[in-house]
Amino acid sequence: MNAQNSVSRRALLTGGIATGFLLAFHLPLRAAANEPAQKDATDGKFAPNAFIRIEETGRTVLMMPQVEMGQGTYTSISAVLAEELDADWSKVEVQHAPPNDKLYANPTFGLQVTGNSNSIRAWWVPLRKAGATARAMLVQAAAGQWDVDAASCTASKGEVAHAASGRKLGYGELALAAQGQTQPKDVAVKDPKDFVLIGQPLKRLDTPDKVNGKALYGIDAILPGMKIAAIANCPVFGGKVGKVDDSAAMKVAGVRKVVVLDDAVAVIGDHMWAAKKGLEALEIEWNEGTNAGISTKDIWQNLRDASAKDGVVAKSTGDIAKALATGDKFEAAYELPFLAHASMEPINATVHVRPDACEIWTGTQIMTRVQSEAAKAAGVPVDKVIVNQHLLGGGFGRKLEPDMVIAAVKIAKQVDYPVKVIWTREEDIQHDVYRPVYRDQITASLVDGKVAAWKYKVAGSAILARWLPPAFQKGIDIDAIDAAVDAPYDFANFHVEYVRVEPPAVPTGFWRGVGPNNNVFAVECAMDELARKAGKDPIEFRKSMLTKNPRMLAVLNLVAEKSGWGQPLPARVGRGVCVQPSFASFIATVVEAEIDDIGEIVLRRVTSVVDTGIAVNPDTVKAQIEGGLIFGLTAALYGEITIEKGRVQQSNFHDYRMMRINETPKIDVTVVKSGEAPGGIGEAGVNAGPPALRNAIYAATGVALRRLPIDRKLLAAGRKA
Amino acid sequence: MATTLTINGETKSFDAPPEMPLLWVLRDILGMTGTKFGCGIAQCGACTVHVDGKAVRSCVLPISAVANRAITTIEHVGSTPSGAKVQKAWLDAEVIQCGYCQSGQIMSAAALLAATPSPDDADIDAAMAGNICRCGTYVRIREAIKLAASGRQS
Repeated sequence: MNAQNSVSRRALLTGGIATGFLLAFHLPLRAAANEPAQKDATDGKFAPNAFIRIEETGRTVLMMPQVEMGQGTYTSISAVLAEELDADWSKVEVQHAPPNDKLYANPTFGLQVTGNSNSIRAWWVPLRKAGATARAMLVQAAAGQWDVDAASCTASKGEVAHAASGRKLGYGELALAAQGQTQPKDVAVKDPKDFVLIGQPLKRLDTPDKVNGKALYGIDAILPGMKIAAIANCPVFGGKVGKVDDSAAMKVAGVRKVVVLDDAVAVIGDHMWAAKKGLEALEIEWNEGTNAGISTKDIWQNLRDASAKDGVVAKSTGDIAKALATGDKFEAAYELPFLAHASMEPINATVHVRPDACEIWTGTQIMTRVQSEAAKAAGVPVDKVIVNQHLLGGGFGRKLEPDMVIAAVKIAKQVDYPVKVIWTREEDIQHDVYRPVYRDQITASLVDGKVAAWKYKVAGSAILARWLPPAFQKGIDIDAIDAAVDAPYDFANFHVEYVRVEPPAVPTGFWRGVGPNNNVFAVECAMDELARKAGKDPIEFRKSMLTKNPRMLAVLNLVAEKSGWGQPLPARVGRGVCVQPSFASFIATVVEAEIDDIGEIVLRRVTSVVDTGIAVNPDTVKAQIEGGLIFGLTAALYGEITIEKGRVQQSNFHDYRMMRINETPKIDVTVVKSGEAPGGIGEAGVNAGPPALRNAIYAATGVALRRLPIDRKLLAAGRKA
Repeated sequence: MATTLTINGETKSFDAPPEMPLLWVLRDILGMTGTKFGCGIAQCGACTVHVDGKAVRSCVLPISAVANRAITTIEHVGSTPSGAKVQKAWLDAEVIQCGYCQSGQIMSAAALLAATPSPDDADIDAAMAGNICRCGTYVRIREAIKLAASGRQS
């Protein structure tokens, strides 16, 4: 795959970011209004918009407005464009788009960002229109050359044909003529029944270079004269560098320079080994600052105290106070820990600060913010910052932050050669922007075996208030309560509140699965406990409240059948269910797990049924659910970052564990056919794993876990539920 | 210190301290970036290479330990019969997501198949449990190894 930035860079950041973002949460999509207004320099090419380039050779290059971090979006976006363009799929190549919010802003966010499982959701309409418009121009060009009615011509696989005369012209042959055509307005897109690429399990475009070492991630950047830097960030959150003695470090062979920043120290060397040895040889005194006394215990106390207060009402229907006063009452609080992202590619950025410009090589989920923040750090205008996007070795939300690029710019500013700054895994784990701690309280009442009142209070960090301040309105973080307000069930009296609680010291950010991770966990755990209280089967109980949600009901019915729900199981083996409305996809999952006598857990089987609307690439949908489930189950089984004396206690994969192949169960994912608009899929599986596993443990042992990660001590045989 | 190693059948000479891990020689001195840095403590397997056909973690392997040994990396593993089979199976089963760990996964799988042509699930677990995939492609890794072993590839 060709992954170079060949398109010229342009002026960027508009003032419309916040408006775009906010609009998106009130309107389904800002799609049609997003038709790109300008195109790039494109000599000798057909370039009808920012996404399509057809050369005279027929080479068809598609510009990717969303970044590839494993979720398969390059292939899916290309399929959407190529479908409406009627391109020859075998000739399609993809390129990273350059940073440019005017051309490539995600229509939902108004910002060139990849996140929230919305690449396909947000681009579905604009990219289909872009492809269809380009096809219409190619057809017009051919019709003009043949002097026939455009309506008598057809397009297929990169060719326009005129059946009546048997004539054909390839898109390459038509490129220059098409470039001269007037852009038609309101070109019709295809009827889905005519799709030839969308809905097919097309082979991914990015994977052939990933089996032979050729694929280039940010960490693989190599430039003439480049040196490598290792970094030590202040171990205490918010602390600063005090004194540095670099006399021993400078004696390490291959060490070139020690760079002292405000809150970090870096050693630049000929290679990472020299840089790392140099860093180890440094004597650093840190000014630890006011956070040096903070521990996990304080953070939880702070959260529990704050969550006792009333929150801001996010949604309320019916009469919650009255309804809670009747029936059989239920009350529970669910707690989720800090988590690190731990993408397999450790944090890195390569920067060359030249007298007139700053050039960056990295893999980021947020190109334009990286560009603007780098400009500030380098002290150059934004249009003098060149960002070379690379493949991401995992993102998971960590690369929605520009901190690693800012630090690299500050280091590179002190030398005249390019510097690749690599964070060791220890730095990566200990200086993350963490998934926040959450405490979710649910109060409900049961009448006649159904939920008559549902009061749900979410307490946790408002990531949006920091990350996109204009999106934080009226004290409500719409991410933290996303799947709380969109509960799938029919609850007549329904009330959701949000309490903003920022943990002391610890920076918080988006983590794959985002807000719905806490919501789906709390809702589905509570539903299982309520089902037991009502004396009902967990699936039957849910179904009785899903009668107005046919898509959810359908996937739940199918997962019951496919998972063998209700069939007898041995002792201490259980099945647990989760249904979720997250990212506009409808998913039901059953986990089957065995809990041994000492409380250790064996995952036996996972079954998921997914209705994500039109599945652009059904194999990618399956892969994302499989991988998402493992990501979520990993967190449930092992994931917790703890703090002592203002420092993160975990450091690498030995104490921040990941699931491995020997722990992986059979996973059976069914993607149901649907004609609905596509939903999001990259994060959905993450939401499903933890509650379904927790409910399987509840079924197997009777223990109603209310915290993650799972505490094995509570699950030993003989313990009372 | 001048060191000579045999990598992918070629002789490579360079200056590096004897205790320097092979990983950083490959990446930062020889410019062979297919072998990945993941953890630096042999916990994740992203840096896996073959030494005399066996899978080893290059992030903790000093170059002094591999003089006169045959080193194979992801860039060259496709020229071995088991490596070629594994690469093809990986694409046929569409194993890969972000791909960052997959150099190491493929090296571990190729070494497994070279030693154990028809591995069962326990063999796969034993050979592959040292390789972490954060994207969670394990189900397909298992499937692809079985596909490569079966000889049923297209």
